[in-house]
Amino acid sequence: MRSVAWLAGGMFALIVLAGGRCLGAEQGRGAATLQQLMGLLAQRKHGEVPYVEEDYLSVLDRPVKSSGVLVYEAPDHLEKRTLKPKEESLVLDGDELTVRRGHRTHRLQLSSYPQVAPLVDAIRDTLAGNEQALERVFKVRFAGSLADWKLELTPLDRDVALQVRRIEIAGARDAIHSVEILQVDGDRSVMTLGTP
Amino acid sequence: MKAPRGAALLVWAGLALIALWVVARARYSADLSGFLPQAPTAAQRLLVEQLRQGVASRLIILAIQGGDEQERARLSRDLALRLRAQPRFLAVENGDQATARRDEAFLFAHRYLLSGTVTPERFSVAGLKAAIGNTIDLLASPAGMLAKSWLTSDPTGEMVTLLDRLSGSQPPQTRDGVWVSPDGARALLLVRTRAAGSDTDGQQQAVAAIRAAFQQSRASQRAAGGSRQTAPAGARARGQPQLIMSGPGVFAVQARQTIESQVMRLSIISSALIIALLLLVYRSVPALLLGLIPVASGALAGIAAVALGFGVVQGVTLGFGVTLIGEGVDYSIYLFIQSRTGDWRRSVWPTIRLGMLTSVCGFAVLLLSSFPGLAQLGLYSLAGVLAAGLVTRFVLPELLPRGFRIRDLTPIGRRAAHVLAKARSGRSAVALIAIGAAVVLFLHRQQLWSHDLSALSPVPQAAQSLDARLRADLGAPDVRYLVIVSAPDEQSALEGAEQVGAELDGLVARDVIAGYQSAAQYLPSLAVQRQRRQSLPVPAVLGRRLEQALSGMPLRAQRLAPFLHDIEAARTAPPLTRASLAGTSFATLADSLLMRDADGWRALLPLQAPVFAGHARAIDAGLVRRAMSVGAPDRVTVLDIKAQADALYSGYLAGAVRLSLAGFAAIVVLLLVTLRGALRAARVVLPLALAVLTVAAGLTLSGERLTLLHVVGMLLIIAVGSNYALFFDRRKKLPPAGDARVDEGTALTLASLVVANCATVVAFGVLAFSSVPVLHDLGETVAPGAFLALVYAALLADARRPATASTSG
Repeated sequence: MRSVAWLAGGMFALIVLAGGRCLGAEQGRGAATLQQLMGLLAQRKHGEVPYVEEDYLSVLDRPVKSSGVLVYEAPDHLEKRTLKPKEESLVLDGDELTVRRGHRTHRLQLSSYPQVAPLVDAIRDTLAGNEQALERVFKVRFAGSLADWKLELTPLDRDVALQVRRIEIAGARDAIHSVEILQVDGDRSVMTLGTP
Repeated sequence: MKAPRGAALLVWAGLALIALWVVARARYSADLSGFLPQAPTAAQRLLVEQLRQGVASRLIILAIQGGDEQERARLSRDLALRLRAQPRFLAVENGDQATARRDEAFLFAHRYLLSGTVTPERFSVAGLKAAIGNTIDLLASPAGMLAKSWLTSDPTGEMVTLLDRLSGSQPPQTRDGVWVSPDGARALLLVRTRAAGSDTDGQQQAVAAIRAAFQQSRASQRAAGGSRQTAPAGARARGQPQLIMSGPGVFAVQARQTIESQVMRLSIISSALIIALLLLVYRSVPALLLGLIPVASGALAGIAAVALGFGVVQGVTLGFGVTLIGEGVDYSIYLFIQSRTGDWRRSVWPTIRLGMLTSVCGFAVLLLSSFPGLAQLGLYSLAGVLAAGLVTRFVLPELLPRGFRIRDLTPIGRRAAHVLAKARSGRSAVALIAIGAAVVLFLHRQQLWSHDLSALSPVPQAAQSLDARLRADLGAPDVRYLVIVSAPDEQSALEGAEQVGAELDGLVARDVIAGYQSAAQYLPSLAVQRQRRQSLPVPAVLGRRLEQALSGMPLRAQRLAPFLHDIEAARTAPPLTRASLAGTSFATLADSLLMRDADGWRALLPLQAPVFAGHARAIDAGLVRRAMSVGAPDRVTVLDIKAQADALYSGYLAGAVRLSLAGFAAIVVLLLVTLRGALRAARVVLPLALAVLTVAAGLTLSGERLTLLHVVGMLLIIAVGSNYALFFDRRKKLPPAGDARVDEGTALTLASLVVANCATVVAFGVLAFSSVPVLHDLGETVAPGAFLALVYAALLADARRPATASTSG
């Protein structure tokens, strides 16, 4: 019950990341460069990159560090495999999200969570090349150039906006360098992606 | 015999009045308890008790389909609201946020009494350090968002542990704030009734109340939706939302309605058919009415006997009673038709009497059945046949008007003799059929019997598969294994459940089971609550330990004031009782897992099968039993529901076969004694045995698996068919093959047998069209069996003629 519901939070970051992978693809301004970026991203059918995540929480004096591997398989398989401090995995396969932690495996259908369903739809549409999809869920701001770009996403959905203030994704060409999630309460998490 | 004329009439009228009074005052029940076994072993008693009273028996699954998604969600919420207002429902769950929040609040408020991880070590410096370190690690995981909101009040992560342990079963999916099926096409609700599953009246009221509430919900939605112009158009396209219900109680109600309506309909149909048959034969209304007197008397006597013997009359018994019409009407047919020739008391009655006694032998053994329904059938038929026979002998002749004669039926007899004469040339075919039947049965010996208790269930297959689908939608598969702890009082039952739970935790860790449910998870025993409370340090001590534990960690002790507060609150709070659960969904869960009965208290721990690669795997019962035998084996039972149900049914089947053989043996002995000759007795029995063999082979060939009721039906073939065979024994002077010339007596005997056989075949044949399996099985066995018994008896009687020439009738 609740234990499944609380996974929605963690899942969020992953979904955003999935969206981020192809984000450069669509954007009103600088359309030409973005078009090129989109071409680059679309060519990549699978990828595996290490990541380091730092969660800055106001209650803690120091950030919590975790690290692992991110895996992407076209069209809609995403995996966040945490290796440290505890092994666990978060797998998004189509509509199904599977979380393994210790002895437990939780499965849930994203479509049964109305607050995240639009996000998932947006990601699917984006992967399918629908350029307007993301703008239905986020206010999108693009800055920089193809060689060094930055996207700022502000959630439009009221429920999501209650928790997440902004998501910032930075990258160079088809490589995403970092995903930063800023929460409404001031806490934030920074995920830095390595090279494959 | 020498009693004054009219004395018999007086006695009959008096007895009939008494019987009427008994019948009018009798209690009737159309529920299924007549077909729930009286369980011989302790485990089976537990099983039957579960079936009758248990948690599962009170469960009703509701599904709303049709309309659009928002409409279904609104209906689900509205319906839940209406049902919750009614005290007849213990719980109504539809996945709403309010209940989920109350559950979460309860767990959070009592986490230090509920969590199994609360021990003195956990609140030592080292324990605190490990637990808090773990929680901080968790902040980086998907569960982090939740752990974060609880960090300052629950830094040791009891709540997360608790949720993790309780979330063994997958909840249904939620959409628009209500449970839905995986494809989203149905909104789902779960209702627990106050009435037990065996309380069919209570269940019927519950079902009616749910229907009424749904109508109201729909009406109010429609009224509210009237202003919304767009919604109705979409709804119309997909049809009106419909309510589907399933569950043991619903089944019981449906079954009762089926049985009631069918018993009524079958009685009317077979009565009408037999009346039509008799009218056709007699062409006289007075003869018809007189002919029905023995049947009516028999039915009355039968019901009265059951009411007196059992206290309550099962609806199904009345259904079987249709068969009595078939047997009872025969007697008057024999009387009317055969009394045309001389003194029937001397010529016909002895044969009827013997036939009646063989039938009585057959029915009497059913009295010994542990199946209440069968025992009732036995008593009903026994009393009915006796009454019908006696009324035919002593009352009916008194009632016949002077000079009463039915029309001459010798033409029918002669025609039958003619047919018989032709058929007799193909007599050797009987031997072939018999051999063929034996071969068929031998070849199918592995698949002869149905070993499934559900073969007797009056719940149609469609309803059973709907139930399975809704259960799958809800993620609530049938529980197969149940650990049951018996104890004299509530606290020791809870303590027993805790000990068993500790063993089960080991099995969970070894993947033998995926999880289990236990009342102690929501309502720990007072002893355990005391232990856990004593594990909590006083504030000063806890503060000191925290300072030490947190050194070097990113969390400062000052931030944990809510934690200190909650620990102190838990340390000084009154213990949790059943009343503390009120308002949460755990209340009904605890009630269903911890209950009181005549023998004391029972805690039930349903086990969840381990899941590998998305598929549920069977539980290794041996490992479970071994683990359970470590604790307190005499108080703990591992109940394999399916195996026990199957064993129960197999026991029944074996019992029915034994009883039927005993009945058969009794009939043979009776014939041996009265006919004074093994050969004569054998000649009477042989056609009956062949009829049974043929019917069994026929059923097997048509793909049926033989059930309990088929076996009983075979006994009835013998009991009913013996009448025909006996008449052929008496009237052995059948013409030789090819010669259709017969004397009047023989012709009339044949005519009466044909008519009587028609009546029997009609009565049982009607049963064969019933959708209640027990009635259907009986009908499809006896109808062809009775017909074959007559045919075989007729064919074989002549075949043995030379050998029997010396005996006289």
